[in-house]
Amino acid sequence: MTTVDRILGAGVERIDGPAKVRGTAPYAYEQDPGEPICHVAVVQSTVNRGRITRLDPTAAEAMPGVLAVLTPANAPRLGEGLTSDLPVLQSLDVHYQGQIVAAVVAESSEIAKAAVGAVAVEYSAHEPDVVLSADRPDLYAPDQLMAGFETDSVIGDVDGALAAAAVTVDATYETPTQHNNPIEMHTSMARWDSDRLTMWDANQGPHTIVNDLMTAFGLERGQVRVISPYVGGAFGSKAFTHPNQILAAMAAKVVGRTVVFELTRQQMFCLVGHRTPTIQRIRLGADAEGRLTAISHEVVEHTSRINEFAEQTATPTRVLYAAPHRRTTHRLARLDVPPPTIMRAPGETPGMFALESAMDELAHELGIDPVELRIRNEPERDPERDVPWSSRNLVACLRTGAERFGWAGRDLRPGVREDGRWLIGTGVAAATYPARRRKAECRITGHGDGRWTVEIDGSDIGTGAWTALTQIAADALGVELAAIELKIGDSDLPFAGGAGGSTGLASWGSAIVLTARDVRRQLDERYGGQLPADGVVVKGEVPGPSPHAEDYSMHAFGAHFVEVRVDRDTGEVRLPRASSVYAAGAIVNARTARSQFLGGFSMGVSMALHEESIADERFGHYVNHDLAEYHVATNADIGEIDIHWVEEHDPWVNELGIKGIGEIGITGAAAAVANAYWHATGLRVRDLPITPDKYFRDAPRRTAAR
Amino acid sequence: MDTEITLLVDGERHPLVVDTRTTLLDALRERLRITSPKKGCDHGQCGACTVLVDGRRVNSCLVLAVTVDDAEVTTSDGLAAEGEHPLHRAFLDNDAFQCGYCTPGQVCSAAGVLAEAKAGWPSTVTDDLTAEDVDLTDDEIRDRMSGNLCRCAAYAHIVPAVAAVAEAEGVRR
Repeated sequence: MTTVDRILGAGVERIDGPAKVRGTAPYAYEQDPGEPICHVAVVQSTVNRGRITRLDPTAAEAMPGVLAVLTPANAPRLGEGLTSDLPVLQSLDVHYQGQIVAAVVAESSEIAKAAVGAVAVEYSAHEPDVVLSADRPDLYAPDQLMAGFETDSVIGDVDGALAAAAVTVDATYETPTQHNNPIEMHTSMARWDSDRLTMWDANQGPHTIVNDLMTAFGLERGQVRVISPYVGGAFGSKAFTHPNQILAAMAAKVVGRTVVFELTRQQMFCLVGHRTPTIQRIRLGADAEGRLTAISHEVVEHTSRINEFAEQTATPTRVLYAAPHRRTTHRLARLDVPPPTIMRAPGETPGMFALESAMDELAHELGIDPVELRIRNEPERDPERDVPWSSRNLVACLRTGAERFGWAGRDLRPGVREDGRWLIGTGVAAATYPARRRKAECRITGHGDGRWTVEIDGSDIGTGAWTALTQIAADALGVELAAIELKIGDSDLPFAGGAGGSTGLASWGSAIVLTARDVRRQLDERYGGQLPADGVVVKGEVPGPSPHAEDYSMHAFGAHFVEVRVDRDTGEVRLPRASSVYAAGAIVNARTARSQFLGGFSMGVSMALHEESIADERFGHYVNHDLAEYHVATNADIGEIDIHWVEEHDPWVNELGIKGIGEIGITGAAAAVANAYWHATGLRVRDLPITPDKYFRDAPRRTAAR
Repeated sequence: MDTEITLLVDGERHPLVVDTRTTLLDALRERLRITSPKKGCDHGQCGACTVLVDGRRVNSCLVLAVTVDDAEVTTSDGLAAEGEHPLHRAFLDNDAFQCGYCTPGQVCSAAGVLAEAKAGWPSTVTDDLTAEDVDLTDDEIRDRMSGNLCRCAAYAHIVPAVAAVAEAEGVRR
C-alpha cells in the first residue's frame, strides 16, 4: 500500500478492492461454517389478510433429503417482544401476502425448493386492501415519524398567506412503492454450538441483528455472534432484522446442523421491506419577485397492519427554503401490505421529488430562472428551528453546478428544443440530507512491533468504510496506512450502530479519532511517546449526537443539473449528461466518495425513470416482483455524470467535520430529471416513474399547449 | 436424479455428482464452494453470475451443470491465475464498484465484450453492421454491459474501466 502525504481526503484505492474484483471477498453465504450446509426454502401465504385453515406438510416431510418442515404447529416458540413480522411461524394469522407460513429444511437447495411445492395450505381470507389514496377515511396521524421527527409542523398562517400571495402553485405529486433490491439477496447462515449461536449474515450492522436474536431465542449477550464483513449492497433493507435471520436460527436449532436461508429475488419484494408510496400535496405562495411567503407540504403514505413505519417525507421542506408561513403534515393508512422500511434517504427521497418539482413549477409561473429562484429563498437560519446552520453551502453548489453544466443562457421556455427526433431539456434541483452522529465504541491495540489493530463493529455495505476508516485511524494515530489492521462487521467487536442515516463514517470515525487521541495521550504520559514493547490496549467511544446538535442545524446540501432527451415518437427518455455538486463537509476518501455521490444520484435517475412496484388491487400482491419487471437503471440508462464537491469546513458536526454522503445523492435527483423532462416536452409528470406510456397519456396536453 | 460430471473451472478439474436440476451456478457455489460468481436473481435477470464457458459469457444460473460437462468454465478469479487481470486493475483504477457483489460478473462480462468486439460482433447500437472492426465507444460499452445490473450504480465508472482495457487491446480507437 502506498503512503500518501495527506491520508485524509486522499483517493486511496479500496483495501477490499482486489478481493472484490476477483470475487473472493466472502459475503454471508460464502463463509465457511465448518460443516456441510443445509438449505431452507419457504412456503408463503397467497392471501393478504386471513388465517390458515389447513396446513399439511406430510407429503413434503416424506421426500428424501427433507430434514424438517416447520409450521406454526411445530415451530419452536419465540421469546416475547418481537415486533412486526419477526414472530415467524408463531401464529396461524396472515398479515400480508408472501408471509412465511411454513419452511422446509433439506440437504440441498433443489430438494428444499421442490418440497415447498408439496406443502398443502388453505386459508380463509379478507379482500385485500392495498390501495392508498388521499381521501381514505381511515388516514391517521402517527405519534411521530421515523428517526423521531415530529408528525406535523405549523408556523404562521399558511392559508392566509397563500390567499394573499401574488403567485401560487398547488399541485399533488405521487411516488410509487419502491423496493431496495440490493444485488446480494438477504441471506442468513446459522450454526448452533450447544447454546451459542453463530450467524453469517447480510446486514447493515451486526449488533442490531444480535439484539433481536437474543429476544427471539432467550439468549444473553455473548451467546450470539453475527459476522458480516462483506455485504452486497443494502440501501436500507438490511438495516433491521427481517424474518430471514429468525428463521435461519430457528431451522438450525431444529435440525442441529448449519442452515442457510438465501431469499429468492421474488421474496425480496415481501419479506425485507419497501419504500411506501406517497401522495404529496404542495402549495407554494410567493411575491412577484419570487420570495416565498408560504410553503405547505401534506403527505399521505402507507404502513402495514403489523408495524408502524412513518416515512419522514416532508422533513426536507422544514429546512430547505425561507418562508414566514409554513406547514408540513404526515398521515398514514394501514393497509394489507408487507411492513415498509427505510430505503435510501427515507423521507428526503420522495419528499424532495415533490418540493423540488413544485419549485420548478413556481419558477415557470414567475418567469424566473429556477436556479435564481432557489438562491432568492436561501434562509439565513434554519427556518423552523430558528437556529444557525453549522454550515450551509447550497448556493455555492447551485452556482458551481450551473457553471460546470453550462446552465447560463438557458432558454426558460419548455418544449422548444429539438435535435432530429429528440426533444431536449435541462433541469435543476437541490439536494439535502441531515448530518447526524450516533454512539459508537472502539478498541485500539498498539502492538510492540509498530502495528495497530483497530476494532469497531462498523459495516461496509459498499460505502468504502473499510478504506475510509483505515485512513481515519492512520491519520489519528500518525502512522502509515499499512500499519493499520482494521476489523469491522462482527458483533464480537466493540459496539457500533449500523450503516444507516448516513451516520456511519461520522460515528465510527469519531470513535476512532477520540480513542486514538487517548492512545497518544497515554503513550505521551506513560511511555514517553513511544509504543512499549508489550503494546497497549485502549478502549474509547463517542457517546452519541454532537453536543452542538441542539444549537445548530446540521445538513449536507447539493445541486443536480441534468439534460434529458425525449424521443418525440416513442416517449423514450435518455439522460446523456449531468452535473451533481455537493457541500458535505470534509471528504475522507476522494475516490470512494465520488462513487457514493455517483451511486446515489444514479439511483435517483433510476427512481425517476424506472422504479415502481405495482400492487394488484384484486389479489394484493406485487405483480412485477423480479428484476425483469421491476426495472432499475442499467448501464445504458446512465450517461456522462460529472460529480463535484465544494470545500466545506464544519467545526460543529463531529471530530472529523464530515456530514455523511451515502444518501444525499439520491435526494432531489428525480426532481431534476422530471424538471428537465418538462423543459424538453412541456409535460409535467407528477407521478413517478416517467415511463413512455405517460408521454402518450399526457401528449394531448402537449399539443394543446403548443 | 443424480449424474456424475466433471467441471473444469479456472483450470482445475472437479469430478462431482449433481442433481440433474442443479444449475452451473449452484454447482459452483453450493457443491464446489467456488463463490466468485454470485447469485443475484437466479433467473438470468441481473448478470451477477456471469462466467465464461469456452470463452463466451453466460448467465451461469441459466445453465444446467450437466450440460457443461468437460467445458472450460472461467470465473473472475480464474481470469488471471496469478496477479491481476488488466480488467481487475481497470476496475480498481476507476473504482468501478462499491459493494462488489455484481463485480465478478461485470468483470467476466467485460472479458466477454472484449472477445466479442475482437471477433467483430456488432451490437444494437453499432451503426454499420457489416463493418469488420468494432470500435468500443462509450455507447457501445454501455449497451454491451447492460446485462449486468449494478444497484450501487457504478455504471459511469464501469464504462471508463472497460474502455481502458479496450484501448490497450486495440478494440477502441
